Amino acid sequence: MIPELGQFALALALALALVQSLVPMAGAARGNLLWMRSAQSTALGQLLFVGFGFGALMWAFVVSDFTVRNVAENSNSLKPMIFKVAATWGSHEGSLLLWTLILTLFGAGVAVFGSNIPHALRARTLSVQAWISVGFLSFMLFTSNPFERILPPPLDGNDLNPLLQDIGLAIHPPLLYVGYVGFSIVFSFAVAALIEGRVDAAWARWVRPWTLAAWMSLTAGIALGSWWAYYELGWGGWWFWDPVENVSFMPWLLGTALLHSAIVTEKRGAFKSWTILLAILTFSLSLLGTFIVRSGLLTSVHAFAVDPERGVYILGLLGVSIGGSLTLYAVRAPAMEGGGLFAPVSREGGLLINNLLLAVATGTVLFGTLYPLFLEAVTGDKISVGPPFYNASFVPIMLPLVFVMGLGPLLTWKRADLKGVLQRLWLALALAALAALVIWYLVTGGPALAVLAFGLGIWLFVATAQDWAARIKLFRAPLSESLRRARNLPRASHGMSLAHLGLAVCIFGFVGSSAWKEDVIVFAEPGTRVQVAGYDLEFQGVEQVPGPNYTASRGTLAVSRDGEFLQYLYPERRNYPVARSQTTESAIRHTLGGDLYASMAEPAAATAGNAWTLRVLFEPLVNFIWLGSFMLVLGGALSLSDRRLRVGAPRRARAPEMAQPAE
Amino acid sequence: MQRILVLLPILVVLILGGFFVWGLNPDRDPNAIPSALISKPVPAFDLAPIDGVDVPGLASGDLAGGEPVLVNVFASWCVPCRAEHKVLTRLATQEGFPLFGINYKDKPEDAKAWLEELGNPYLRIGSDESGRAGLDWGISGVPESFLVDATGTVVWRYVGPIATEQAQDDLRQALAAARERAGT
Repeated sequence: MIPELGQFALALALALALVQSLVPMAGAARGNLLWMRSAQSTALGQLLFVGFGFGALMWAFVVSDFTVRNVAENSNSLKPMIFKVAATWGSHEGSLLLWTLILTLFGAGVAVFGSNIPHALRARTLSVQAWISVGFLSFMLFTSNPFERILPPPLDGNDLNPLLQDIGLAIHPPLLYVGYVGFSIVFSFAVAALIEGRVDAAWARWVRPWTLAAWMSLTAGIALGSWWAYYELGWGGWWFWDPVENVSFMPWLLGTALLHSAIVTEKRGAFKSWTILLAILTFSLSLLGTFIVRSGLLTSVHAFAVDPERGVYILGLLGVSIGGSLTLYAVRAPAMEGGGLFAPVSREGGLLINNLLLAVATGTVLFGTLYPLFLEAVTGDKISVGPPFYNASFVPIMLPLVFVMGLGPLLTWKRADLKGVLQRLWLALALAALAALVIWYLVTGGPALAVLAFGLGIWLFVATAQDWAARIKLFRAPLSESLRRARNLPRASHGMSLAHLGLAVCIFGFVGSSAWKEDVIVFAEPGTRVQVAGYDLEFQGVEQVPGPNYTASRGTLAVSRDGEFLQYLYPERRNYPVARSQTTESAIRHTLGGDLYASMAEPAAATAGNAWTLRVLFEPLVNFIWLGSFMLVLGGALSLSDRRLRVGAPRRARAPEMAQPAE
Repeated sequence: MQRILVLLPILVVLILGGFFVWGLNPDRDPNAIPSALISKPVPAFDLAPIDGVDVPGLASGDLAGGEPVLVNVFASWCVPCRAEHKVLTRLATQEGFPLFGINYKDKPEDAKAWLEELGNPYLRIGSDESGRAGLDWGISGVPESFLVDATGTVVWRYVGPIATEQAQDDLRQALAAARERAGT
């Protein structure tokens, strides 16, 4: 009964979405306040019904109702409860329901917190959001019904792909989706502004918190996914430039550009049409990602059950939303007046370079991701594009960006004094050069790009720290004065510094773990010894350990350094009998300097005896990636908590000593 | 100028959309690795038998014998081949698969010892000690298998050991289709 109620709720949500896509829009056109305000109730209603539907599906998973096809195919009665719950969004249908839930969540968010937004803009934005809801709810109800029943029901379920039965991956999709789908509301704002024909500084201020919230979640989601890949897949890497990774990374890149260009629109009234275009394109890339993942267009390690009919439907959705919004853009954009003028060397100029580089980087990733498709369509050849392409194209684009990032926050609006800024940053330049030289000396023969990238990371770190210290007059004024200044500095400014520092920290991790990693693969029998990066490991054999819905072969490795015993590592190979598949559980010794990482695979053949394939890696500085990502998210959160951005908070008069608010 | 510029995004999207529509063609499998040889005649080669193994060698001419055959590239140094060997033996003896072998980059004495240890399901084995024939077949690794139809045309290829049920079913289907075409 409950699954039917869930389906019914989804149908009701669709009906509400249909109303919401027409009435508020018409109300805004005719100046009918009542019609405009109906959007707020319908947006909440949509959230309620989709939320009910989601709850109903989750209930079916929790009680293991195998009469529901989705549950039978993706769950199992033996599975731990947390993964039963997580299986709700583990399948194509369930994750689509989550997608729609987040879509309505953001719509309801604007309905509840958007009280400072003019009625007409809010009504139009919610209407556009409802158009997207209509598209996805109908897609779900007509092609991917999560509540479909099967008769006769199986005795037990097929189990969720064991790779996905992991705490990291249980929370990765919701976070990623909040980011991915969160850009929908920014898109709706942009389309509403285009329909209205007015974009101004206020518009940018209303849009920024939503962009920031989506961007934070996306950052966290991507970092979590990469962390999962790092310890679960057992390949000893954290990013593989796989199409599915790329499609989540592209909205992040463009969303980052949007975050920065919206600042210019907000503060200086410039870059209006560009900001609108970015808002449209960022969500378009999210939609593109949904399309690529669910249509089986490209070959990837991640895949949902693929159905061409679904692909055609999403492509249709894509065509209407992207094509429609860009056509509207082409009609309306030329009429947008330009904003304040600025000299090439200025805060605006710096943010322009930031935007150009991020847009080019996004284009590069998009090209690399789709190139196999282009080539196959044109010549019939099949290829895959891997890390060498991205190392040669994406990385060199990002390096100048990191350099400008160090400078940017010190530049003033309109016109800046580059010489003065560089003079203030001589310490950062000197330290960066010194670090690069030291690394070059230590690891001669290593990739030159790595040395350069690491030096730039130091540059960014020191320059950002210097800028922050200068703002609060750290060490130049009494500590109490610095603390007072730090309190008075807008939180957005602290947020920017923290996020930029976070990126610098990430760069240390990226470079360290990809350029200087050590990798050993051996066939290990009890007694086999391996030496990696100064560690001695002794393989002591494999034992069988039962788990709730799997059995594990657990290896034991004694780790020592300079003859001194440190700890045991227990890499596992888990066998899931119901799902008939296996997973690798790597064992990792975490240190700040790097991770010692061990994973193993079963004997290559029954006749090979007890020789397991043992892989031991040393990944220098890899934990800096997660630390830096955390700083990025925290920086975003700080910035979001800034009074000026806080949604619904009464606006406070600007304190006089805030001479130069910047973020 | 600006009017043209603002049309650029939609233009790019239209072009991308065209590729996507093409890419959704249901017959297209992006995961399939194409073989240069599929639906082409087998390359010309002539391999001597392995010294001391009592089955004849293998040449191009043996592959157009009016009956579909499976050509399996194997080597004694290849570990997955051991796993695959059991499956191939069962398929050859119980299901009547005509099985030919190419012994790739292997010393004859090692190959002989390997076949004596595990048994020999092959009707013919060509010794490709230099790896020249493997090159002509365009193999990407060992083991690799090709189904050659009655006219000597390669109709199916499998990279890696034929060990999973899925691979065996694929092979059965491909063989049944080839037999049907040959009218046997």
